[in-house]
Amino acid sequence: MALNQKRIAPPSDDRRWKLVDATMRRYGYSSQAVIETLHTIQEVFGNISAESLAYVSGSLNVPPSKVYGVATFYNHFNMAPLGEHVLSVCTGTACYVKGSGQVVDWIKEEYGLEPGQTTPDNKLSFMVARCVGACGLAPVIMLDGEVVGRLSVDEMKKRIKEWISYDK
Amino acid sequence: MNSNPVVRSFTIDGIQVSAAEGETILEVARQNDIEIPTLCNLEGISSTGQCRLCMVEVKGTNRLIPSCATVAEEGMEIVTSNERIDKYRRMIVELLFAERNHICAVCVANGHCDLQAMAQKLGVTHIEFDYLHPSFQVDASHPKYEVDHNRCILCGRCVRVCDEIEGAHTRDFRNRGINTLVITDFATPWGESQTCTSCGKCVHVCPTGALAEKGKSVAEMQKRRQFLPYLVMRREGAK
Repeated sequence: MALNQKRIAPPSDDRRWKLVDATMRRYGYSSQAVIETLHTIQEVFGNISAESLAYVSGSLNVPPSKVYGVATFYNHFNMAPLGEHVLSVCTGTACYVKGSGQVVDWIKEEYGLEPGQTTPDNKLSFMVARCVGACGLAPVIMLDGEVVGRLSVDEMKKRIKEWISYDK
Repeated sequence: MNSNPVVRSFTIDGIQVSAAEGETILEVARQNDIEIPTLCNLEGISSTGQCRLCMVEVKGTNRLIPSCATVAEEGMEIVTSNERIDKYRRMIVELLFAERNHICAVCVANGHCDLQAMAQKLGVTHIEFDYLHPSFQVDASHPKYEVDHNRCILCGRCVRVCDEIEGAHTRDFRNRGINTLVITDFATPWGESQTCTSCGKCVHVCPTGALAEKGKSVAEMQKRRQFLPYLVMRREGAK
């Protein structure tokens, strides 16, 4: 027997929750809609907050730990808000062999950022990706979603410096 | 109803055995008192093939296969133990020890621990790998139980028993790979969990001292698992 449950209200009256609701409705509030709903949340809010996890869990009747597990399993989802610009370095096998590890080390030295961290002024987030599916372009980095590849480690450093200087 | 069920005959370690349709190699081995070591498998909850200790050799393929997750087929010739398999099993147990902080001498489950017993049975005398020495907090926020992730082997028994038997699904895995951790709810402290029914099934299926009753001292945490076959029988009878 189906439970006659009332839908829970979104955490706030932010209009963006309507988009999240639309995704869940499109999948008939099925428990399988967890990943799609998390995608929408990440798209419209930029990150997945604790309250949004609780909302997904309550709306789709999926246990909290499962929603949390899914959200943390995929590297694509980020719980903390990202900075204005996002630099991600692919550390998949091909890119690593082509020197992306050195780029990661260099970013640590140059900007003091560990993977997953954001600068205190909230300008730059540094992420590492496990293969972006462009191994032919190794080593690959992504500058705000734009794929940059086929550069030597030194050229890569130069390109990152240039990109960062656009904003200054 | 199929009045003439298909029976599959095959051999385990040279012994002729037969399986009903859909039975796994491990199930058949247990029915015939042939021992295959496991840590994550527990009768009554689903098999996930996580610990890899039940790997066996099947004639005709070079790969080892997990017996808990492989359905028996007609004519299989299975070897449950030889030099190669035993070497890998010891390696798996060594890696489990190296991954977290398993210090038997101060553990609540000392003497009642499946991991410890497995290491003794397989003859693990030393660990060839570098210890990772991770740092984990003990969560003692629950009034009755506590969790020490230093002793967790990520077998997933607690996750499955909570989901499949208790139906609460309070526990699940967070992250992946080396960062995997068993969590309650939104990684909230156990004591603040909204879904936990405090039934304690997770504590008693845990193979190590990772989950324990509060107030137990070294070597005092004996696990009671008699409830599991009974609950499974009731559940299946109710279908």
